[in-house]
Parts: sequence; structure tokens; C-alpha cells
Amino acid sequence: MALTAEDVANLARLARIELTEAELEILAPQLDVILESVARVSEVAAQDIPPTSHALPLTNVFREDELRPSLAREELLAGAPAAEQMRFRVPRILGEEA
Amino acid sequence: MTLRQPAATEITRQTAVDLAAKIKSRDLGAVEVARAHLDRIDEIDGEIHAFLYVDRERALASASRVDAKIAAGEDVGPLAGVPLGLKDILTYTGAPTTCGSKILYGWLPPYDATVTRRLLDHDMVILGKTNLDEFAMGSSTENSAYGPTRNPWDTSRIPGGSGGGSAAAVAAYEAPLAIGTDTGGSIRQPAAVTGTVGVKPTYGGSSRYGLVALASSLDQPGPCARTVLDAALLHQVIAGHDPCDSTSIDQPVPDVVRAARSADVSGMKIGVVTELGGEGYAPGVEQRFGESVDLLASLGAEVIEVSCPHFVYALPAYYLILPAECSSNLAKFDAMRYGLRVGDDGVASAEQVMAMTREAGFGAEVKRRIIIGTYALSSGYYEAYYGQAQKIRTLISRDFDNAFSQVDVLISPSTPITAFKIGEKVDDPLAMYMNDLCTIPSNLAGNASASFPVGLAPEDGLPVGLQVMAPPLADDRVYRVGAALEAALESAWGGPLLDRRPELGAVR
Repeated sequence: MALTAEDVANLARLARIELTEAELEILAPQLDVILESVARVSEVAAQDIPPTSHALPLTNVFREDELRPSLAREELLAGAPAAEQMRFRVPRILGEEA
Repeated sequence: MTLRQPAATEITRQTAVDLAAKIKSRDLGAVEVARAHLDRIDEIDGEIHAFLYVDRERALASASRVDAKIAAGEDVGPLAGVPLGLKDILTYTGAPTTCGSKILYGWLPPYDATVTRRLLDHDMVILGKTNLDEFAMGSSTENSAYGPTRNPWDTSRIPGGSGGGSAAAVAAYEAPLAIGTDTGGSIRQPAAVTGTVGVKPTYGGSSRYGLVALASSLDQPGPCARTVLDAALLHQVIAGHDPCDSTSIDQPVPDVVRAARSADVSGMKIGVVTELGGEGYAPGVEQRFGESVDLLASLGAEVIEVSCPHFVYALPAYYLILPAECSSNLAKFDAMRYGLRVGDDGVASAEQVMAMTREAGFGAEVKRRIIIGTYALSSGYYEAYYGQAQKIRTLISRDFDNAFSQVDVLISPSTPITAFKIGEKVDDPLAMYMNDLCTIPSNLAGNASASFPVGLAPEDGLPVGLQVMAPPLADDRVYRVGAALEAALESAWGGPLLDRRPELGAVR
């Protein structure tokens, strides 16, 4: 399958990780070996087998629609990398072309 | 009142059961017990590095409250005053939760995990947070951004992972108990390589609320201990239904304490998994496992061999399912609401800051798994990888169903090899993944499983673990087998396996 450094860079972009050139060189062959190994799952004929996404048979869980105390805004903002006017402060979210 | 004043080492060697009894009868003060363990941590944790954070003042304060409650004749929990370590992936208000990652350096969670809440409600004393592979991804604790934990049996070796800190703390007498979490073996494999007991409850048996998610369909908190009964008592404290976790099972907790006390396997049908042995297994692991099989038969169990043909595909299926879930779960580390933020210079966009932060904050293994997961979930590959892995998950559950129609429990070695040298496998991810070969099937099926110490491998003198797997909600059977093995082995050895551990600080 031979995953190239460019393929890894694309995947890293999708995953929002800005990898360095050096990391791409190390990761590409490592990921290639891992993917080759996990590709063994295709050896099993499983066309008619239902997929399992979860170990337990899941059903929707409901609770009474009642008011409950939630965390205070101060407590939540205390862990934020930047806060302003009792809100999370984020970097600009629109691109130049927008 | 005259209190007998035992030496601190005498206190740290005791079981949780004995400590709880002495604290309750006021032969020992909870403060004295907490102090003995905190002193032990001060003395040896520089060498072991089991703890990322020691919560000295709060531990002593809560121990003092326990002593006051007991003095006032109030009701207290069965493990009241017993100290323990908490894996640093469960939140505890007032103590940093780092998950072993730089991206959460110094983060103070605003709420307690349900497991943490139950420990506190049961009057237990939390000593601090234990080390782990970053976000619980690893089998050696070498992936912690804060440095590896060392195996108390040989400090040049790994203590297993991801819960190496919890297992090492217990093995090194820094705490009689600890909490671990198990996604693919992170409680059981460290227990095996440190000569301790580790139990993964049935999925949904203990709450995941406040456990920073790695793979939500697999993660499960459980007890780490030096004895089977101690593990059962801690299991009883933390397990049970939690409305805050929608996958929590709303049924009574199996009576694991009674099972641990019964220690009786007579008439039990035990299956040895054909596929978990042979090539790739260390001779000493196979030898001690084989002897334990004979021992169980001599204790009155009926032992047969059972084939689970799809177990050989558990590892590749897991390394698709886990990265897929983790790439999604770790998307929340986006530099906006908590944790690290780098490159926010007023010019860079949110997306650029996010990418720079994740580059700086995540370690190599976390990046590898996020990228594998992103690949496996991308269109064009989804069916061949993730879809197929989910079908294999079904086939593995069916193998278990078929096996449990013939036997009460399944057994295997807990891990193919004993503790390896620090640094030996860090650049070979596939070799590292092999450590979880035996433990992964139980996570994929969501049933109960555990590792118990069964001796030392003759070739290297390092601990070997035996794994027991039981059907969902039959956690008690795991404890019955573990307790029977423990009683028979300790009577043959003349004491616990850990008594044979070399003293720390001794010349090796």
C-alpha cells in the first residue's frame, strides 16, 4: 500500500496536527507497517456478519426533564487557555477570503 | 488509650482488609496509615515514579476526618481510611488531571469522576494521581509526557501500561490499592508484569463518567491490588449503576467479595484458550501457566481446551476500532476550552492554532493512533477497515458465547512475555502492540476479566500473570478462580509472590 509522507501530511491536516517534515519521514513507514498488519482483518469472510459497534445491546436512556445545577461559568472558564468578558476567547475563525 | 506503634514499613506491607479492620477497631489511626504511605512515596518514588501528583495535605485531612468519624461511632465504608492511588485519567477536583499528556499540563478539572466520588463517599483516602501512557495509549508507561514509571522488580524494566503507575505503586508498597482503567489490557497487563492483581469489570459495570475517554466502547475502570480479596472490596466500592453514564448497567453488582472469600473452584469448568499460547510466548510464561492449569485441576476444577478461532484477528481489529474511536474522542483537544494553546499571536486562525497546539501537545503514539483512525474512517477505506473490524468484533463475541456454553470461565497467560527493558520497544509500535494480544478479546466482547500472579519466569525471575475471563456480569467467577489460585500458590510458596521482590535501593 506504501503510505507516502505526502499521504500522512494530508491525514494529519484532516486531524488538525501540524506535523514537521522530520515527523512525516518517521511516521510514514511506521504507519505503513501498522496498516499492513491491521489489513489482515480482510482475510475473514464476513459479508453476512452484522457489525458490532458496542459490547452491550444499547437502548436510549432517558431521565426526567427536571432542572439540575450545572457547573458555574467561573469554574469552566478557569480551565480555558484564554477568557474574556466571561466567555472563551478564541483566535479568529474566518479566513482571509471570507 | 494506649496505641501500639508499629513501624511504618509494617503498615505499608499490610493488606487493605487488615488496614481497614485495624482503623475501624482504632488499633491504627487512618492518619498514621496515610502518613506511612506518604513517607514511603517520599522515600522511593524518585526511583519508581509511580505518582504524577501527591496530594499530601488533602490525604491527611481526609484521613483525619475518618478517624473522627470512627471515634464518634459513625458508620463508615468497608475500606474506610485505606489509602489508594488514582490513575491520572480520572478527574478529582483540586488535583491536576493530565492524562500523562502535555496538552493537559496543569489542568484542574471542575468536577469529580463517579469513581472518585464513590471512593470519597466510602471514606477512602486518595494519596495522589498515578502515571500512565499518554491518554492510556501504550503498554509500558513510556508514552507518558512526564517520564516513564519503573518496575519495582527491576527498575531498568517497564511496569506495563497504560496503568503502570497504579500497578507499580501497589507493587512497591506505596499504596495497598489503586484505580486503573482498561481499554485493551491497561489494568491486566501491568498487573501481570508487576506480580499484582488487576481486574477489568464487565463493560458498564463501573462508571466512565469523569474518565477522560480513549475508546468509549472499550474503556472500563477497575481495581488494582496486592491480594484478590482487596481487589474485590475495591471493586464493590466503585462498581454499580450510574445515571451519568448512559452505558452503565442498571443491575446489581455481582457479589465479588463473597466469591473472593469462597476461593472455591471445585466443580467449575475451566477452558484453556487454544489460540493464546505457543509461538511468541516466553518459555517461563508458558511453564507457569501450565503449572497453574494443573493446579486448578488438582483443586477440583474440570479443565478442557477450547478453541476461539477469531481471537487471532482481535489485535488487528482492535488497532482499527481503537484509533477510530480515539481520533474522534481526542478531537475535543482543540485549544479552545481547556488545556494548552500555542501560536495564538492575534494573526493565526483558530484552525492554525488548533493544528499547532495538537502538534506541540500530543506525543508520538497519540499522533500515530489519531492518524491511523483518521485513515480508517476516511471514505473509500471505511468498509475495508473499520466496517470489517466491527464484523470481526461480532465474531469474537460469538467465539466467547460458544466457549461459555461449554465452560464457566476461560483462562490464558495475561501477556505473552515478562517485563521488558525500558526503551527496548519504543520505536517498534507493532512489537509494543503484541503485549495486549491476550487481553484485547475481552475488551472487544465487553466481558469481565482479570490477571493474577502465578509465579516468576525461571529464565529472568520476573512475574508471570494468568488471565481469567468470564461472561458479562459474571465478574464473581473471575474472583473465585483468582482467590483459589492465590490460596494454593501462597501455601506452596510460603507467602505472597511480592515477598520475593528485591528490596528497592539494593545493589543489583
